[in-house]
Amino acid sequence: MKFLDEYRDGEAARPFVEAIHRVVTKPWSLMEVCGGQTHSIVRFGIDELLPKNITLIHGPGCPVCVTPVELIDKALAIAAKPGVIFCSFGDMLRVPGSERDLLHVKSEGADVRIVYSPLDALTVAEENPGREVVFFAVGFETTAPSNAMVVSQAHKRGLKNFSILVSHVLVPPAMEAIMSSPRSRVNGFLAAGHVCAVMGTAEYLPLAAKYKVPIVVTAFEPLDLLQGILMCVTQLEEGRHEVENQYERLVRAEGNRPAQAMIREIFQVVRRTWRGIGPIADSGLGLRPEYAEFDAEKRFGVENVGGPESAECQSGLVLQGLLKPQECPAFGTRCTPEKPLGATMVSSEGACAAYYRYRRVMA
Amino acid sequence: MCLGVPGKVLSFEDGDLRMGRVAFGQVVKEISLAFVPEVKVGEYVVVHAGMALEVIDEEAAQRVFQVLRELDAASMEGLG
Ligand code: SF4
Repeated sequence: MKFLDEYRDGEAARPFVEAIHRVVTKPWSLMEVCGGQTHSIVRFGIDELLPKNITLIHGPGCPVCVTPVELIDKALAIAAKPGVIFCSFGDMLRVPGSERDLLHVKSEGADVRIVYSPLDALTVAEENPGREVVFFAVGFETTAPSNAMVVSQAHKRGLKNFSILVSHVLVPPAMEAIMSSPRSRVNGFLAAGHVCAVMGTAEYLPLAAKYKVPIVVTAFEPLDLLQGILMCVTQLEEGRHEVENQYERLVRAEGNRPAQAMIREIFQVVRRTWRGIGPIADSGLGLRPEYAEFDAEKRFGVENVGGPESAECQSGLVLQGLLKPQECPAFGTRCTPEKPLGATMVSSEGACAAYYRYRRVMA
Repeated sequence: MCLGVPGKVLSFEDGDLRMGRVAFGQVVKEISLAFVPEVKVGEYVVVHAGMALEVIDEEAAQRVFQVLRELDAASMEGLG
């Protein structure tokens, strides 16, 4: 496929690998923020091409992984109500709540439907005027414009049977939380390319300056990741800490203005809890009061639903780069993709799942 | 769900959602182009959850390969 295959050509990437080996003189730890990047790195063995003193730390950028247990419990409570059609991205169905997952309530007769886009959920609502249709609006800045768009459309079309269960998180506050931790080992970031396509790069300037870390906006294919790593280690070796853009074919400094305007119209910045990590101030999005009628938590009175996380799962440490998946005692034994204890083992972008799938021999 | 997929715009119509047909290899899907008002038929967009997030800049896309060629040439000189 155009704009995909040519960035996966191993032989073409060789000059990047050689240049990285030439440039690096000191040990550096880089965090790739996005789970999609983690997946590519582990799948294509990018980390194994690098000099031994370069460590890649896997970051928190997997929306499935950071959606808090209490939101899953709320989703389960809503989905189980009679008359409800609960629409969700497929990867959320097997994420464990405090006791069960969405697949479980589906097997008990709840009408849980997998959709590819929130627009599909809107269509389901229009086709089923007698039913309550709820969309599980999870994700980072990448899905926020689409989720905002469906609320705006539902409002315009006067749809009374549509609402969303919101669990939106923002990337820069999570990076800040990681950098401000005394245990942080991160020297440089590969920022999440598609998040920046929406939001632009300006948000990262104060972070780079305050923590003296280079931040390189990077895409997802092997060639991209290697170039991003080269740009990042070059900055580190030269003592620079700037925001640079490897993904210039898609990311503009100002981001996507119409998408940002849509987010601002529907959502406001709120405090959010991250699964395994805990609450982070101003780290997520919630519906503006003007759109409260589309808030599924209010509509179904589940504000106070929600149990505790698995005590055994260490995904919080994994998500902050403090633990490698295979270092978790449950990895591959009590926790597998078939019987996951934590969300990072479920999601296709989760670090535990990526290691289980591609690196099991090493476990 | 954060994986954006590049696809080629085949057609689109006006309206709030600017629904269009986008080809991902052999697969064609209905995608909203509401956030890329400047897009033209034949251009490539990256799509997330049913909506195009941005138009791919083809000239910038070539630059990665330009950098690679330069690096390759530099390392050859180093050897010579
Ligand atoms: S291996 Fe399982 S239990 Fe351990 S951190 Fe990963 S998801 Fe949690």
